[in-house]
Amino acid sequence: MAIGLIMAAMNIGGHHEVAGAAHGAAEHGAGAGASAHGSEHAPIWLRRLFASLWQSNVFFLGISAVGTVFVAIHTVAYAGWSIMVRRIAEAFSAWILPGGIIMLIVFFASGHNLFHWRTEGIMEPGHPNYDAIIAGKAGFLNLGFYVARMVVFIAIWWFFSKRLRDLSLQEDQIGGTGFWDKSINVSALFLVLYAVSSSMSAWDWVMSIDTHWFSTMFGWYVFASWWVSGIAGILLTAIYLKQAGYLRFLNANHLHDLGKLMFGFSIFWTYVWFSQFMLIWYANLPEEAVYFNQRLGGFDGKYTWLFFFNLIINFAFPFLVLMTRDAKRQIIMLKIVATAVLIGHWLDFYMMIMPGTLQGDSGFIIEIGTGLVFLGGFLLLMTKRLSQASLVPVNHPFVEESVHHTT
Amino acid sequence: MTKRYALGIFEDEDVLLHAIENVRAAGVKIYDVFSPYPVHGIDDALGIERSRLPIAAFFYGLCGLSFALWMQIYMLGFDWPMIIGGKPHIGLPAFIPVSFELTVLFCCHGMVITFYTISGLYPRMKVPVMDVRSTDDKFVMAIELKEDADLGNLTQLLRANGASEVNEKEMTKE
Repeated sequence: MAIGLIMAAMNIGGHHEVAGAAHGAAEHGAGAGASAHGSEHAPIWLRRLFASLWQSNVFFLGISAVGTVFVAIHTVAYAGWSIMVRRIAEAFSAWILPGGIIMLIVFFASGHNLFHWRTEGIMEPGHPNYDAIIAGKAGFLNLGFYVARMVVFIAIWWFFSKRLRDLSLQEDQIGGTGFWDKSINVSALFLVLYAVSSSMSAWDWVMSIDTHWFSTMFGWYVFASWWVSGIAGILLTAIYLKQAGYLRFLNANHLHDLGKLMFGFSIFWTYVWFSQFMLIWYANLPEEAVYFNQRLGGFDGKYTWLFFFNLIINFAFPFLVLMTRDAKRQIIMLKIVATAVLIGHWLDFYMMIMPGTLQGDSGFIIEIGTGLVFLGGFLLLMTKRLSQASLVPVNHPFVEESVHHTT
Repeated sequence: MTKRYALGIFEDEDVLLHAIENVRAAGVKIYDVFSPYPVHGIDDALGIERSRLPIAAFFYGLCGLSFALWMQIYMLGFDWPMIIGGKPHIGLPAFIPVSFELTVLFCCHGMVITFYTISGLYPRMKVPVMDVRSTDDKFVMAIELKEDADLGNLTQLLRANGASEVNEKEMTKE
């Protein structure tokens, strides 16, 4: 059904991949020359590569899982309007498995370059690298448990994505409401497991980089970032398909609702971000404030502009632009804001990961190149999965409601 | 002042929506439609213009935000400066929760007051009800009858478009 689209999208994916690889390769050459200092760590270009691989992978893996979360939430809520974009959300989860494998590879390859707690002897009393605070976290942050958690989380996300997708595909073939009834149970169970696993994966994959530091808002913060990016991604894909002539029944009302979600969750992200920031700012405890100290003026002010830019592009811009009803119903506005939100939240992950791993050594060329490679890979698998089934679940019990949806 | 209305009673919202389109297409002006619950798409069908209440809401919110910031900056920065937690007198992050709350408060109250004023609603007002069944399970389309109106044609038009009955009603407005 969507062969033409797939060819076009694969072109885009391939193009990005080539461009990304070219960026990366060019910077490797440049970076390799200047890799003299950093005695214990790997050369800077390699550390930058690890950090950017980790950053983009966490970002895209999160978006991928959000596709399934989107389906699950709308299933348990008996939502009818979103059936029109359900297949797009399902297709997003195609990246979970490759993303998870890349994550394991990068984790093992990077050694202590990403995670300070993996430094040799850091948890052994008497060792020169011994750190009492980190040793106190050994029960949670040890290699076996950490990897087991990573595998289990990704396995959960992958399994439930596949289960929901399979039920939906069978429904296409056979019809009836039985598959939908089953998917309600599957979705409910998945949402409970996702609530726990997304929060814990945020501690593991992002917060444990700043090993001494901790924040109880962090799980929500990372989830909010993933979720709003996922919605922006679904919105952009829907617009792309619509403009390519598919999804004939998708109209301004569906886009309006997706726009509302993106608008609302941009504010939600800001709420979580600010809740974390204000408590740390107010209490001003050294072990907590160090996180913002690094990002607001640390490393010769390297990250200061990004700190404020993050708030502007992820809050002020979507908030002011998408406030009116008309803006949420105009494709061009939605395109601009969704693109800004995706770039903004990629930068948000940049802000979470770079100061802890690279201190002041991070840059943008390797990082953007890696990001584009991941984008290419993600689009390739996502569009491939999109082409494997009808773009609208034709036998879904609510498909009629979605066609006639008005806001 | 007493006015006469023709009331078309409908059983189903889809029938009603189509009837509205057809009746308007036939050149008849619909006074209003009464339904037990909000019907999706009825605003467009009736040709009702979009409310400008959101614009008012934006400015009420802006007033609330400005007031909150002015209040806190003036009180804590100039009128009675206090050192709290070693923070600057004007510590913006600490002002944001209050600013947010006052923005919402001004916005909500402003919208409610504006809406009531514009709609002419007030406590204990007498509400003219065209047909009490529109509060239960019937949809009522009211068409004002002028002096020389032809009720027969109108009845036919409404019936042809799915009205289960057509009644005539006189309403007195003070």
